[in-house]
Parts: sequence; structure tokens; C-alpha cells
Amino acid sequence: MDHKEYDQLAETLKPVGHKMKNAFFAFIYGGIIGILAQGVLEFFMNVYDISQKEATPMMTITLVFMSCLLTGLGIYDKLAQKAGAGTFIPITGFANSMTSSAIDSQSEGLIMGIGSNMFKLGGTVITYGIVSSALLGVIRYVITLFG
Amino acid sequence: MSLHFLGNSVTLENVFIASSGTVCGPLEYLGPLGSCFDKSIQDYHYGEKSFEKAERKMLRDALDICLKRERLKYHDVDLYLGSDLLNQITSVNYLAREIPKPFIGVYGACSGFALSLALGSLLVEAGFVDKVITMVSSHNASAERQYRYPVEYGVQKKATTTFTATGAVTTLLTSQKHPVKVEAITLGRVIDYEQTDANDMGRAMAPAAFDTLMNHFQDLKRSFHDYDLVVTGDLSMYGHQILKEMLQRQKIDVVRYNDCGCMLYDLSHQSVFQGGSGCACSALVTMGSLYPQLKDKKLKRVLVVSTGALLSPMMSAQKESIPCIAHAMSLEAVE
Repeated sequence: MDHKEYDQLAETLKPVGHKMKNAFFAFIYGGIIGILAQGVLEFFMNVYDISQKEATPMMTITLVFMSCLLTGLGIYDKLAQKAGAGTFIPITGFANSMTSSAIDSQSEGLIMGIGSNMFKLGGTVITYGIVSSALLGVIRYVITLFG
Repeated sequence: MSLHFLGNSVTLENVFIASSGTVCGPLEYLGPLGSCFDKSIQDYHYGEKSFEKAERKMLRDALDICLKRERLKYHDVDLYLGSDLLNQITSVNYLAREIPKPFIGVYGACSGFALSLALGSLLVEAGFVDKVITMVSSHNASAERQYRYPVEYGVQKKATTTFTATGAVTTLLTSQKHPVKVEAITLGRVIDYEQTDANDMGRAMAPAAFDTLMNHFQDLKRSFHDYDLVVTGDLSMYGHQILKEMLQRQKIDVVRYNDCGCMLYDLSHQSVFQGGSGCACSALVTMGSLYPQLKDKKLKRVLVVSTGALLSPMMSAQKESIPCIAHAMSLEAVE
């Protein structure tokens, strides 16, 4: 049996991934996180009588904290298995990637462990976030020269 | 007698299994074979500061149980062989510091169980040594850390994923007569069917199992009918279906065949995706469940084909396909 024939055989027996189901749960869980964030935002705006601009970072920090706490308690990864992109895409997913890396490497100590591994997964987002914002900045500058 | 390979296989006369020690993790304990194991741990840390140390502690327990059964001390054994999944085969190498006898560490990924037993058997058969201990272990969390993602990382796992079994197993081989013998072994070749998905090991490894099984049957002129049971190591539900289909296409009558990854867990109730994997998977099933059944003559002869995906996460990141291997050994109840 050659490799092509093998791939054909393997494809016919492949367990079905539940794409629609995954998308549905991602929508629901992602939506719940969104509603929760909106609630927290309104709460800060009303209780502390501040503008949306001022309340937004407080809301973000609250969500990040909750995500870290749930990761530490071993709940977030179980939620994520069901929620998929619903918990992966929001800022809570980024917080989870850093916390889980930190927890994982605590056995190697503060420097060689937590310090150097915390950004193991999240580092990509930061690197390309910075690179793409620098690129966009250049593009914007060039446009303003002609605009 | 002279030891001579027929193709990739060799039959043995004087290698017996004298004792074993099995320690399993929490999910393995809750599985259908839970009561078969000597000891179980309920916490992945097992009182240690890291998962790697916990794995080593399990291995030490399994070794002590195995030796105690035969009232032996560490220095009564001539040679130790060991295999595990971690880089630099950490668990066995670090445990070997406590062993006052020669030690050989081998790596065969999840096929480490059959590989170390096969090597040990050859050395006993050749008369170089009289008592050999083989040790294997795997730990779900330490393997996840090394091969996949941090344990608490919230990523949705694919339907084809397998679950690394937590456990440690030691086996004492000897040339003195005991109820179960290692009757034949077939060493595997490295097979690569250009599979690249590290989350689909069953599909990557099935061709290696196929190759070893075919060689075993051809070399020794046997078939599935010569065995009461044929098990593969950790092809999982998906991989074992592929293998079955491959064999049937070759007009081979597949009977009494199962996969250790499907036997170790209750796939319909435990969340282990396609089933178990890891060195401990085939080792726990073989030494925890099959070996006692052979001893009690409930089974006459079984073939264990431990499968291993020899991937390195670094080479996977460089987009290389996964080399795989499978080693087979036939265990037989002695009259």
C-alpha cells in the first residue's frame, strides 16, 4: 500500500470532528464572556461613576484575573475543551496561555522556569502584535505624507 | 542452543517472566482494568514537587513491588533495562542512580515496553544474564508538558487525540522456569507513511504495527489463529480500525484482536478521546491483565505489539513527518 492509498483509507475511517457543534458552543461561551464583560463594564461605570474609557481597562483586568483564577483552579482547560474558540479568542484565552505556562514551569524555579517560560505560548501574539502595529504605523505615515 | 533470527523474528526457549509490578494513575484505576494493578496513585503529583519526580516515584514503587514478590534485593538482579517518554529518558536514568547494577536505558517512545522486554529476553536467552528487570513509565502531565501544551492550557483537543496513560511497570525476566514465558519476539523497522499530525498518533503508527505483524506472521509462519489474543500498544480506536482494514485488504483473517489503548479505559464514559497511549499503556494492560490470565491458563498465547511514534516536537515544528516503530512479543503459558 503506498502513502496515497493509505491516506485515502485513513480518511474514510477518520472520526468525525463536530465542527458545527464546536462552532455553536464557541458562539455560546464566547457570547457569555462578552455579556459578562459588558456587565462588569456597566457595573464599574455606574458604581464608580466613571466614563466608559476609564472603566474599560478595569473590566479587562477583572476578566484577566478571573481567567487566571480559573486556570489555577484547573477549571479553565475543562471549560475550553467544550468552548473551543469561545474561550480561546477573548483576552481570557491570552491570560490562560500565560498562567498555564507559568504554572507548568514553576517546578523549574523563578528564573529558568516561570520567568523564561511564561511567554512560551503568548509570546507569538506579542511579537506579531508589535511587528504588525509597527508596519501599520509606517503605512499610515506614508499615507499621511500624500494625504 | 543457537540464537538465530528468522527475518526480523526469533523464537526463544528459556526466557520466563518471574514477577511484575504495576502502578497506575487515577483514570487508569477508574478504567475497566483498575482492579488488576498492584497500586494506584490518586494525585498526579503523588506527594512530589514536580510531575517528573512523581513519575520516578511511581517507577520506584513498581520496582519495589516486583522485587518484593520474589524476595529479591536490588543487587540480586544482573541487569536493568528501562525506557520512558521524557527527554534523556529522565525517569529511568534518574532512578538508575539508586540501582547498584548495570543499567541500559533505551528509547522507543511508546514501544519502549516491548523493546526493553525484547532486549532483556535476548540477553537472558543467550545466557549472558540470569535475571533482568525491565522498567517503563509514562505520566500524562509530564508527557503533555513535553510533547504538547502546558497541562492547564485551554486548547480544544482534536477528536483524533490520544490520552497518555499514567503508570509504571516493571517486569522480572529469568531463565528459571516460571508459568509464563516469552516465546518469540519480532523487532520492528522504522516506518514512515508521511503523517505529520502530532495529534493523530494512531494514524501515524498503524502502518508500523502492520509491518511488524506481517513480518511476525511471515517469519514464524503464523496467523491470528495461533493466538488467543493479539493486542497492539496504543493505536487507539481510530488507529486500530485502520490497522484492521489494512490487514483485511491483504486477505488476512483478523480475529481476537484488540488495542491496549481501548482496553485500558472505558471509552464511552471516560474523556480520553480515542483511547490511551504512552509506554505505560501497553505495559499496564499486558502485565496487569494479560500476564495474570496467562498465569492462570485462561489465555494460552498472546501477541503484544507495542507501537511507538518516534517524533521529536522540534522536527514536527520543522514540518517533518513522524517515524514510527512497533515491536512484537509473544507470551505463552507454560505447560
